[in-house]
Amino acid sequence: MSQNININVNYLTRVEGHGNIVVELRDGKLEICRLEIVESPRLFEAFLRGRSIYEAPHITSRICGICSCGHTLASIQAAEDLLQIKPTEQTTLLRKLLLHYEELDSHILHIYLLVAPDLVGVPSFVPLTKSNPDIIRRALKMKRLCNELCEILVGRHVHPIGAVVGGFTKLPSNSELEEMHKRLIQLQTDMQDTVELFSKLTFPEFERDTEYVALVNDENEYPLLYGDIGSTDGYRVSKYEYKNVTNEFVVAYATAKRTKWHRDSYAVGALARFNLNSAKLHTKAKQAADMLNLKPKCINPYLNTVAQIVECVHCVEDAIRIIEILLNKGINQDEIVIPDINQHGALPQRAGQGVGVVEVPRGLLIHHYECDERGIFKEANCVIPTNQNTANIELDMLKLVPEIMKQSQEEITLALEMLVRAYDPCISCSVHMVELKL
Amino acid sequence: MSKPKVAFFDFACCEGCQLQVANIGESLLDILDIIEIVEFREVMSEKWDKEIDVSFVEGSITDEHAKERVKKIRDRSKILVALGSCATIGGVNGMKNSFELAEAMRYVYGDSSKFFPTIQTRAVHQVVKVDYFINGCPIYIPEFVTVLKCILQGIPFYVPEYPVCVECKLNENVCMYDRGLTCMGPVTKAGCNSWCINNGNICYGCRGLTINPNTEGFKEVLKKYRIPEDFLMKKIQMYNKSRELDQS
Repeated sequence: MSQNININVNYLTRVEGHGNIVVELRDGKLEICRLEIVESPRLFEAFLRGRSIYEAPHITSRICGICSCGHTLASIQAAEDLLQIKPTEQTTLLRKLLLHYEELDSHILHIYLLVAPDLVGVPSFVPLTKSNPDIIRRALKMKRLCNELCEILVGRHVHPIGAVVGGFTKLPSNSELEEMHKRLIQLQTDMQDTVELFSKLTFPEFERDTEYVALVNDENEYPLLYGDIGSTDGYRVSKYEYKNVTNEFVVAYATAKRTKWHRDSYAVGALARFNLNSAKLHTKAKQAADMLNLKPKCINPYLNTVAQIVECVHCVEDAIRIIEILLNKGINQDEIVIPDINQHGALPQRAGQGVGVVEVPRGLLIHHYECDERGIFKEANCVIPTNQNTANIELDMLKLVPEIMKQSQEEITLALEMLVRAYDPCISCSVHMVELKL
Repeated sequence: MSKPKVAFFDFACCEGCQLQVANIGESLLDILDIIEIVEFREVMSEKWDKEIDVSFVEGSITDEHAKERVKKIRDRSKILVALGSCATIGGVNGMKNSFELAEAMRYVYGDSSKFFPTIQTRAVHQVVKVDYFINGCPIYIPEFVTVLKCILQGIPFYVPEYPVCVECKLNENVCMYDRGLTCMGPVTKAGCNSWCINNGNICYGCRGLTINPNTEGFKEVLKKYRIPEDFLMKKIQMYNKSRELDQS
C-alpha cells in the first residue's frame, strides 16, 4: 500500500517563538522530516559589541521573556568569570533561589498551559476554564505565586531588576524572607495536587536512546547554577571546553544552529538533568518521581514534562531550605551593590574572557564573553538550550513517523506537535544568539 | 452583547510582554469573562481569520515579511495596540540600527547571512497606524489593565507626558544622581511607578523618551554631575535608537 502524507505546521502554537514542522511521506517513504526555525534574527551578538560588560545581563535578559532570569544569571557568571569577581556565599544562595523561582515559573506554564491541553484533547487552556475551572485556577495561582516570589527577590520575573554583576541591588528583609517562605508553603500543597493530577494522565509511548547532557558536579546538590558539563554516555568536561560539547553546525532551512557531541544529536533539559542527577533530588521529589513512574535513564522525550513536575517539587523544597538558612543567618544588607555600568570603578575592570554555564528551564545555557581593558565587549557567544535540542527533536521525528504512519494525518500531526512541545522549545532564544567568532 | 474579540500577535521580541499577561494570575479568569481571546499563539492553538475587535501586537518590525504581516493584521483589526517597548519604540532591537546592516548580519550569520533578509528595526507605528501604546520592557501589569479598561470603554488612554522622576519622588527614592549614578528617569515617560529605581537599580529608559523632554534642564544635570553627553547618548540608544526613523 502506498501512503502519502504531507504535514506542514506553520507557526507551531503553544511554544515560545516561531517554528514550522514539515513532514513529507511519499509512497510510504519519508522524504522530508524537519523542524524549521523561522524566527526573525535580532542580532543581539552584533549589538553587544561596543557596550559595557556591566550592561550585558540587562541586555541579554531581553533575549527571552520566559528564561530572562536564566540569561541574566548566565550573563552575570560569564562577566564575573571575566572580571574575576567571586560571589559571596549570600549572593550564591540568593542566585540559587532565583533560579529555582524561574524553573518553577517556566515549568508550571509549560506543564499546565502548554502541555496539559493536549493530554485532554483540547486546543488550549481556555476550554479548561469551563470544564476544569479548579485546575486552571490552581495553575494561574501557582504562576502568580512564582511571579510574586520573583517580585520580592528581584523586582519582577520578566527581566529581573535586582540581579546584577557583583550581587543584588536590593536584598530581602527578614519579613520579605518570611513572605517568600509563606508562598512556598502554599506551592508545596499545590505541587502535591499537581503530582497527583498528572499521575492519572497518560503520555504518549515512544522511545529513542540518545545522549543526555547536563551540568554535573561533586557536591551533594542537584546542580543548576554551576558545574562541569556531563553526559549519560559517561563524559565530563569543564565549562571552558563547551565548544568540544556543542560542535555547532548549520542547516540551510533554519536561522538556528544545531549541536552534537558523541552521537548525531544530544538532548538537554529537565529529562537530561533527571537522567544525570536524579540521585541528588530532594526526597520529596524522588517520591514524586516514583508516583509518576519516572526512572533514570528514561528515553521517552514526551516525559520531559514529567521530569519538569519532579523538578518543580525539588525547587519548592530546596527554595524552602535556602530561605530557612537565610532566615537563620540573617541577611547582610551591606552587600547591596549598584554598579550601574560601574561608573565609579567600585568593581574591577580588566581585559579577558569569561564563560557562564547555567541550567535554565530548557537546559544548558552558555554565555561566553571577551572584553577589552575598559570592560567593553569585543566578542560574545551564546549557546541556547533549544539549539542543542533541535537536531535531537528531528531525529526523534524521523524515528516516530514510520512508527505511527498508519494513523490519520491529524493524529500524526498532533503526535509531532506534542513531541516538539515536550521539549518546551524556546525558539525566540534559539535565533537571537547564534554565533560569534570567538 | 457578544464579547469583544481579542487577539495577540508577536513579531521580533522576547515574548515577555505576552508572558506578563499570563502572569496576571487568577484575575485573568475575570478578564476572560468580558473578552473573547480568539488567537494567542504562545498559549493557544485556536486560530482566527476574520475581523478582530482588538489586536495586541508585540515586537518590532524587522523584515519585509513582518511588514506585510502587520499590515494585514491592521486591515482586519478595529483597534490595534502596540504592546511593550519593542512594539512602541523599537526597544533593544533598535540597537542594531547603529550598525551597518549587512555588516551586522555577516557578523552573526557569516556566509549564511544572505538567507535571512532584514531591514532596519521599526516600531509598529512606523509601519501601520497604532491606536493605543503600552510601553515598557516588560509592560507594567497595572498599566496594561488600565489601558484594557479604556479600550473596552472606547475612551482614549494618554501615556503620561511627565518623566519617571515624578513617580520616583512620590515613592521617596533617593535620587540616583545623588548616589553618583546616571539614571534615565529625567527623560523617560512615566507609567511604571519607577519600577527599577524602587528595586535599587537605575532607569534604563525602556518606556521611551518623554514627548517633550527637558533637554536643557537635563544637560544642566549632566553638567552638574560631570557626565559626558556621549556617555548618555549611548544609554539612550539602548532602547530609543529606532526613534530616528520617526522623522524619515
